[in-house]
Amino acid sequence: MNHLPQAWGRPRDDIYGHYNPAYLPSSHGGTQNPSALPTTHTQSPIVTGTSVVAVKFQDGVVIAADNLASYGSLARFTDVKRLKRFNRKAVVGFGGDVSDMQYIDRLLLSLDVEENYGGASSSPDDDATKDDKSLMGANNLHTYLSKVMYKRRSDFNPLWNALLVAGIDDKNTPFLASADLLGTTYSAPTLATGFGAHLAQPILRTVVPDESHVKDLTKEKAVEAVRECMKVLFYRDARSMPAYSLAVIDGKGVELSTDEKLEGQSWAFAETIRGYGTQTV
Amino acid sequence: DGTNRRAPQTSIGTGYDLSNSVFSPDGRNFQVEYATKAVENGGTAVGIRCKDGVVLALEKIVTSKLLKKDANKRIATVDRNMGVVHSGLVPDGRHFVSRARDEASSWRGTYKAPIPASALANRMGAYVQAYTLYNSVRPFGITAIVGGYDAETEVDVDGAVGSGPKMGSGGKTPGAKEGGPYLYMIEPSGLYWGYYGAATGKGRQAAKAELEKLNLDPSKGEVIGLEEGVKEAARIIYAAHEDSKDKEFELEMTWVSAVNGPTKGRHEEVPKELREEAERLAKKALEGEDDMEE
Repeated sequence: MNHLPQAWGRPRDDIYGHYNPAYLPSSHGGTQNPSALPTTHTQSPIVTGTSVVAVKFQDGVVIAADNLASYGSLARFTDVKRLKRFNRKAVVGFGGDVSDMQYIDRLLLSLDVEENYGGASSSPDDDATKDDKSLMGANNLHTYLSKVMYKRRSDFNPLWNALLVAGIDDKNTPFLASADLLGTTYSAPTLATGFGAHLAQPILRTVVPDESHVKDLTKEKAVEAVRECMKVLFYRDARSMPAYSLAVIDGKGVELSTDEKLEGQSWAFAETIRGYGTQTV
Repeated sequence: DGTNRRAPQTSIGTGYDLSNSVFSPDGRNFQVEYATKAVENGGTAVGIRCKDGVVLALEKIVTSKLLKKDANKRIATVDRNMGVVHSGLVPDGRHFVSRARDEASSWRGTYKAPIPASALANRMGAYVQAYTLYNSVRPFGITAIVGGYDAETEVDVDGAVGSGPKMGSGGKTPGAKEGGPYLYMIEPSGLYWGYYGAATGKGRQAAKAELEKLNLDPSKGEVIGLEEGVKEAARIIYAAHEDSKDKEFELEMTWVSAVNGPTKGRHEEVPKELREEAERLAKKALEGEDDMEE
């Protein structure tokens, strides 16, 4: 048995004849003619980002993700911005493979350039009072991204990401939805990817249990809840870090800050812990 | 016309003007010269390279009262920071713009950064020139003016996720000036030059005469600013229209500035208020001229 998939589960030679090794590497009796090789795709993420968390509030959405790109368990890159502004109505938060995130980011950039050819303006400082009916809302962006993700997984060549699309839709109401490497999509007033789905969602749901509570949540309370989630995630997720990015998207546009720091961590209690049971000093 | 093109009457009946890419005995491609004739019938288009940006302007003849005002835009954006205005066969212009957009996008695909205006002009010049090489295609029936602002500030590499090393990318010379406003004009032959001010279309003679009066050459003192450029562009289009006064026209104007300028580095339509102010001044200037003549 070796690591080459073609060696797994071989049918019996005495019944089915010898396996044609032509496409194998020359070390395994193949001819290594590239045109005869089967199509293969990268099937595992390398450099990765962890959770993205987001919550809707009365006027818009708050979204956050830390600035770490891990290389396995190594905290390799510590200034990686995983929230990407699309236009003044939408931000995308990326978890998962960072090279695929860069690819999607470039895809979004070319999409925005082409959207502008139609006459819409996504200039960062345009005020929202301008006629912006033709500007893509976060819902349009989410539809686009989910189609890209689903196409790629259907080609057996997925983009290894979990995305949250946050912003306001074409009717200027808060919009939050997710899309992942399988092309699965769903929407909820609070969303989180990766570890966040296990640790942040329960906290956010105490603030916004269902859609009817969104209109009661102020921007300040929403930001506070998201900051609390980032802290819990840093306490308990070994692939997270305390520097993070946070964005607020509402009718006024996008406020994106990329150098937030966790505050008010509680570690004083650690002094009182001794050993694992019987130890007292 | 400034260039010394001879009238092509001599070519008729000789057989050297029937097919594109054929050299006449004195080394001319008559089909390209005929394409230039198509340009000379188009509405006047001008481009002005100002100190802090570029202005593009176009005289759009209103052929029918049934056409909606301020619709059917003809000046196109390429990438975010460049504009194309053309005179001649409108569909040829649209094809030109479409190709320019593809070139800009493919440049980004390779270099992960916006295409410099000079590179775009070069590629589009080569593309137009290719349509003079074969008898199975006809030359472009347009002259295009390409204006853009290359970023002076360091631009992010597309898709970059981190801040990267503190040193400049690719090893930069401190204080070296990069970017700025650029203006090119591409003719049906594929010929293109960089210009301080460019004009094409029916009223190009009058427009060029006006452009030459402006301070556009940085080696000869202070070059005019962008807002002044807008007002001059409007005035020049109005002045160039004097010869075909009987026809109504609409003025279309766009501009592009540096990141810290009024358009924030993007190619955009000139705001309505500023355009209307420029048109008011242009009309006033024309009336002033009439008074002097009387």
